[in-house]
Amino acid sequence: MSDAPAGRAGRETGAEGDPSPASRGEGHSRGAAATIRLAALVSELRSRGARVGTGELIAAQRALAAVDPAEPDAARLALRATLCSSRADLALFDAAFAAWAAPAGHRPEPLIDPVATAVLPRVAMPVPGEAFAPDPGAELRPAAWSEVELLRDKDFSEYSERERAIARTIMRRIAARGPRRLSRRTRASRRRSHRPDPRATLRASLRHAGEPFERRWRAPTDRPRPLVLVCDVSGSMEPYSRMLLQYAQACVAARRRCEAFALGTRLTRVTGELRGRDPDLALRRATEAVADWSGGTRIGDALGELNRVHGRRIGRGAVIVILSDGWDRGDPELLRREIARLGRCAHRLVWLNPLKASPGYEPLTRGMVAALPHVDAFLAGNSLASLEELAGLLEAGIDEGAGR
Amino acid sequence: MPESDPKATLTSPDAVRAALAKQHYLADEALAVAVFLALDLGEPLLLEGEAGVGKTETAKALAGVTGSRLIRLQCHEGIDVHSALYDWDYPRQLLAVRAAEGGVAEEELFRREFLLRRPLLEAIESDEPVVLLIDEIDRADDEFEAFLLELLSDFQVTIPELGTIEARTRPTVIVTSNRTRELHDALKRRCLYHWIDYPTREREAEIVEARLPGVAAAIAERVAAAVERLRGRDLYKAPGVGETIAWARALGALDDDDLDRTLGVALKVREDIERVRSEGVLEGV
Repeated sequence: MSDAPAGRAGRETGAEGDPSPASRGEGHSRGAAATIRLAALVSELRSRGARVGTGELIAAQRALAAVDPAEPDAARLALRATLCSSRADLALFDAAFAAWAAPAGHRPEPLIDPVATAVLPRVAMPVPGEAFAPDPGAELRPAAWSEVELLRDKDFSEYSERERAIARTIMRRIAARGPRRLSRRTRASRRRSHRPDPRATLRASLRHAGEPFERRWRAPTDRPRPLVLVCDVSGSMEPYSRMLLQYAQACVAARRRCEAFALGTRLTRVTGELRGRDPDLALRRATEAVADWSGGTRIGDALGELNRVHGRRIGRGAVIVILSDGWDRGDPELLRREIARLGRCAHRLVWLNPLKASPGYEPLTRGMVAALPHVDAFLAGNSLASLEELAGLLEAGIDEGAGR
Repeated sequence: MPESDPKATLTSPDAVRAALAKQHYLADEALAVAVFLALDLGEPLLLEGEAGVGKTETAKALAGVTGSRLIRLQCHEGIDVHSALYDWDYPRQLLAVRAAEGGVAEEELFRREFLLRRPLLEAIESDEPVVLLIDEIDRADDEFEAFLLELLSDFQVTIPELGTIEARTRPTVIVTSNRTRELHDALKRRCLYHWIDYPTREREAEIVEARLPGVAAAIAERVAAAVERLRGRDLYKAPGVGETIAWARALGALDDDDLDRTLGVALKVREDIERVRSEGVLEGV
């Protein structure tokens, strides 16, 4: 996908020691010219959102040398094979190749040396007062590591339209990290464990006239643990609910067993709406499906519905994440009862409250007071950094009752 | 095949319904149609519904109706080919290798005498007609579901060491799911689908009477009425038909007419029981 994470750009910054084509080009002017051309193609690809590193550039150069230069299609296919790493890249490559192969006059002269463009990370140069109009066709990506870093700790409620779009890519990466659990399925393993592998042991013994000298073992595998996101879309959560729903969308897209619900005066299952390739379309569908945007909250009733109507779908081993500020207009006793039940059925229960980030916050709302004793982890969830914290926690596993 | 094929008499949904009723299984019309089609077209039937509405019972009754052997594969998390289809008898193979001393060729070891048949292979290799019940498939994982696809479309399986084995008689396949997860579309496409709903009050009383001939009709009706009321409330776990039958049996055994004292037969969640008691849900039944 069109994912150009900050870490990658950061690594490339420190790549002065790399045998990059630019630094080797001194004595071979013909090779250097080819490299510069290739680097232009790579930067063309990157601008379209493909992930291409210096390693691929070198591979492409070698591939180009290996094919018949008189065969233009062979060159194209060789480049495609080396520069693309996923199916999504193929279309990007075709477009980039077409633009690159077009006569030079058709393309604007690059402002900086194309090699530098390819090797250096792109640096954000925000023009003061620049009005940002998102291009519907283009995928917005973080321009540089520093921009991402600034965004990380920024509160969702202070996001501009542009930042929201940039955050999407980062969110997608965060959403891919989630809880896992041991499966009852096993795989062959050479390491000694408590689970013998009679099949492999027998096969190995055939080499020694039936003496099972080589004992083989099996090791358990792991698989994604079901994740359930319950996102508060009531009025008080308005500054956050859009971003958090975006996070839910990214989770549903990234994981196989993930359910998403919108919580207001009633509960709406939005998993089906959030599925699909196009995130904008998915979010629009989900928004339309939720009838009570920015209304009141009756968390107790909604969680009751979750328990009763969707209890089976959620199953027993799920991690349930509630994203809400805990402002509840319903009966706190009901909330206490339902969340207790939810906590008993879930593997772990996590509550994300954007208000927790503000200094001096005390969970004093009736809803939070009722809920907290049953919650295993209580996090902020107001920024990308806090979602990253959640992802880390989900990945590492949460101790039961850690947040109480 | 037996000479008088019991399947041959099942020429219409009504005939299926009547035959099932003889097995003390009261099917509604939609289910009878689904079962008839499954028999007539030879396609697998996917049954979904709340727990305890009689999905598994359908397969059992169907086996009785058609005079078939019921082979049941209970799915569980992590179920794989070796617990569902076949496995090799490793201890015996090892013994055979060691007994032969001079070493054994591989083909010698992977012969049928060392093959352990699991339910699916059992069903495919059976000479008599079989009803194959693949129970609670939603508990198995996607990989297993994908494996089943091959079986359900061609009724043949491949064992690497032995080759492809084709079904001798095409089994009648019933697949059940509790909907803890959505099944793959490809699997659904290969199956006929039926959603079993809770029966109406009258039918439920009939079901209780059919299943428990010794229980008074008054008790059956009373329990059916009580269960209907419970299902109407927003409970964590509504009682299924299985619970209704157990409740009627409990009342009959106790010779007692106090529903409240035996509430634990129908409701298994403490909060539900407390709520039903405090709200007086069963008053006047």
